[in-house]
Amino acid sequence: MSAAIGIQLAQAVLVVMLAPLFAGWVNQCRAWLQNRRGPGLLQPYRVLRKLFHKDAVLAHRASFLFRATPYIRFGCMVLAAYIIPTLASGLPISPAADVIALVGIFALGRVFMALAAMDIGTAFGTMGARREMLVAFLAEPALLMVFFTPALISQSTSLSTIVHTLAYQPFVIHPGLAFAAIAFLMVLLAENARIPIDNPATHLELTMIHEALMLEYSARHLALMDWASNLKLLAYTTIGLALFVPWGIAKALDGSALWVALLCLLAKLAVAGAALALLETLSAKLRIFRAPEFLAMAFLLAVLGLLTHVLLEGAA
Amino acid sequence: MLEGPQLAIALALAGSLHWLAVGLAGLAAPQSLFWVARILFPLGALGGLAMAAAGMVALPLEPGTAILPLGLPDLPFHVRVDALSAFFLVLLGIASVGVSIFSAGYFRAGHGTAPGLLCIQYHVFLASMALVLVADDAYLFMVAWETMALSSYFLVTSNHRIPEIRRAGFLYLLIAHVGAVAILLSYGVLQAGQGDYVFGSMRAHPPEGGWAATAFVLALFGFGAKAGLLPLHVWLPEAHPAAPSPVSALMSGVMLKTAIYGLLRVTFDLLGAPQWWWGVLTLVLGLLTAVFGVMFAAVQTDMKRLLAYSSIENIGVVLIAIGLAITFRAYAMPLLAALALTAALYHCINHALFKSLLFLATGSVLHSTRERNLGKLGGLIHSMPSVAFFALIGALAIAGIPPLNGFVSEWLLLQAFLATPSLPNSYLNMLIPLGAAALTLAAGLAGYVMVKFYGVIFLGQPREPALARAHDAGWLERLGMAWLVAGCVALGLLPLKVVTILDPVNNLLLAQTLGETAARSGWLFITGLAPERASYSPLIVFCGMLAVVAATFLVVRFRYDCRLRRGDPWDCGYPGLTPRMQDTAEGFGQPIKQIFEPMFRIERQLPTPFDERPVYRATADDHFWYWAYLPIARLTERVSRWIGVLQHGRISLYLLYSLATLVVLLLVVS
Repeated sequence: MSAAIGIQLAQAVLVVMLAPLFAGWVNQCRAWLQNRRGPGLLQPYRVLRKLFHKDAVLAHRASFLFRATPYIRFGCMVLAAYIIPTLASGLPISPAADVIALVGIFALGRVFMALAAMDIGTAFGTMGARREMLVAFLAEPALLMVFFTPALISQSTSLSTIVHTLAYQPFVIHPGLAFAAIAFLMVLLAENARIPIDNPATHLELTMIHEALMLEYSARHLALMDWASNLKLLAYTTIGLALFVPWGIAKALDGSALWVALLCLLAKLAVAGAALALLETLSAKLRIFRAPEFLAMAFLLAVLGLLTHVLLEGAA
Repeated sequence: MLEGPQLAIALALAGSLHWLAVGLAGLAAPQSLFWVARILFPLGALGGLAMAAAGMVALPLEPGTAILPLGLPDLPFHVRVDALSAFFLVLLGIASVGVSIFSAGYFRAGHGTAPGLLCIQYHVFLASMALVLVADDAYLFMVAWETMALSSYFLVTSNHRIPEIRRAGFLYLLIAHVGAVAILLSYGVLQAGQGDYVFGSMRAHPPEGGWAATAFVLALFGFGAKAGLLPLHVWLPEAHPAAPSPVSALMSGVMLKTAIYGLLRVTFDLLGAPQWWWGVLTLVLGLLTAVFGVMFAAVQTDMKRLLAYSSIENIGVVLIAIGLAITFRAYAMPLLAALALTAALYHCINHALFKSLLFLATGSVLHSTRERNLGKLGGLIHSMPSVAFFALIGALAIAGIPPLNGFVSEWLLLQAFLATPSLPNSYLNMLIPLGAAALTLAAGLAGYVMVKFYGVIFLGQPREPALARAHDAGWLERLGMAWLVAGCVALGLLPLKVVTILDPVNNLLLAQTLGETAARSGWLFITGLAPERASYSPLIVFCGMLAVVAATFLVVRFRYDCRLRRGDPWDCGYPGLTPRMQDTAEGFGQPIKQIFEPMFRIERQLPTPFDERPVYRATADDHFWYWAYLPIARLTERVSRWIGVLQHGRISLYLLYSLATLVVLLLVVS
């Protein structure tokens, strides 16, 4: 049991520490694809370090909600890092929260972030909050629908069991999962403020969603928010890896399997980050009112995936 | 000494009598605010405790019955407390304690009905709801049901000098009575020609086939009218804002649940085995209601109307769960039916807590600012910190955010949905995932609505200068809200306890318990059907969250030098920030209006470039008014005009009518 808890802790620490690196990797790949040299893989760490050392400036009207939000959001993402089977399935905390609870935990972070953005009462803050919630109310059901297909396949909403079923049962092609994978990719892009919904590199006020929410944050608060965003990207990526390419995640809690799992994870993340950068480089940002169409499409694809599964495999 | 079920019945009846007595005591000094508010309302809260106690006593027990020495000769009132009524008694009791304590600090002198009259109406309303829950014959049920409708009508119109409020009250009364007629007819079908309106004999001889379906459809219509089921929802957004806030809280939190109680009583208890399409009908109507309600909530600009539409959504969610339960029951899958029914009951009590809480919070805001319009509020988190805190918990709970209570019922309901592929009907297997999609969409939108509700009222800059004078609620109001907040948190963190407590209802209605299955992973977790299928532990999530937040805070605090400076907002370097630059409620709802435009009847009044005083106005109305209600109203008026031809007001003419009737009757008789 204590070994399991140790692995659990190690996994969470690894994810939390790895998150800025993954963001740096995506940025680096983007820079290469755009014929730039890029700031280097470690740039996000340097930014975090700088921000943690600065003095915070808080607007006069900021309430307790504004100050608590960075911690709560960071907490949500760390909790997600505990729950998602990144290295090993069947960890001790996995029964505490299934995929539905995971979606709920993401929602908790998001709602607090939107509320904090409205707290100061600036035009950009409220606009960002509105747009964030607009993206969220479509992305959240799409995400749940994405999860329902593997949940029906494995007869369980526990991520650990889903991974177990998909990775260690004899390989079966599930056509429903293909739809779910595309829908999940679209949700990932939308929820993590990537192109085509939002541009993570922009600071042009009228086009942004995610950055507008954090305009009033500075120093350590901003650092936590940034770190939480990096964590969220990594969390979504590892969820995607766990659902759609689960091979390599350790089943047993022994040393060699874990090392293999770690190597597999790093390789998969490297590929996923490069693919994400490629995808972002190839597409253009949508107008904000095209975003609902994009997400409605994701939602419909996810529902189609579910229906495909029910039609083709439901009788079984 | 009374024991078991008899004790529960005695407690429930004593609570009702206590409420009636407290109400009547209001007449002793109807104008004295101190007597009514500070003494009688807290006494009324004791009645709520009695109800909750009665329910808790009766829940695990066998049903108990009694015959009251009241009613017509040879037609006495029958009462019965079984697990179902006990559960709803608990709900009534818990919610009414919070609302009564709040009311003690809320009612002020000066407008509308005298405090003493409000007191009697309020307590009669409470007592009649309790009697609806314990009634064991259609006669007492209808008497209590009508008393409930009338007393709440008077409460809704307590500010009767305002014409809109009178109109809202009339609409409420009208739909309540259309519904009551349907319920009466449903009982008429259920007694199946035996002339015995006691529920026991209805239960013993359930109607068959078409008659059963008729009784079900009538009950769905009648109780749906009270619950706010589409398309009978139109009274809710009118009546809830018109009533004083504690009354809105009771109507939305508890009265709507009596309709759910009635529907469960008829469908699961009095009618025999259901037909599968009953469940599908309820499910589809519930889905439409949920999506419709939340969509309209998103575009509202009046905070109480927003909450009223959100109540429609929540009733929709409850009906979705009930629809699933009926479907599972029709296919003889009692365990899944128990899961869905548990979700329905859980959501009922959740909604009673958080919706009452939010209505009470709007009441405090209303008192402190005299403003209901979201466009004129803002920034109240600074002047009303405790109300803002309570409302935050309520808003998070209703948005279905873990680890609060709204999430638990949503989780249970989704688990029930995920079990639908085991249904033996392949069409349903295909269609029900679409239902899950609609439900998740409604849940997603609920988050949007609550961010709008909370953000526009409590966050940002005050949109009016007068808001600077806003003050926090008094201690009684805060106590009432804190009671409900405690309920939200407890129900969120201890779901297994709640499921075990309400399990006797499953046993009564479905002869199947969920308790053992839900508890299979130990007391920390709740599992839907089996531990390997799904489990959730709000306590672990909450404690983990707390630990991570605390650790982060401490590390940041001690590792780095945490200096803090206050300054002007950055706002991209723009200096002239005014409250007008924030989103209004309209602005926040605008994306929803745009995305779901066909759902609304939008009227825009836009100025031309040459207008001296340009006016912008955009309203989003309900299609149902124009498609259903106004045509029916016009038809009714036309029919009454035809009938009105008979009336001339001359007495000789009326005498002639009487004579003609007499002659015709004599002809018929001979």
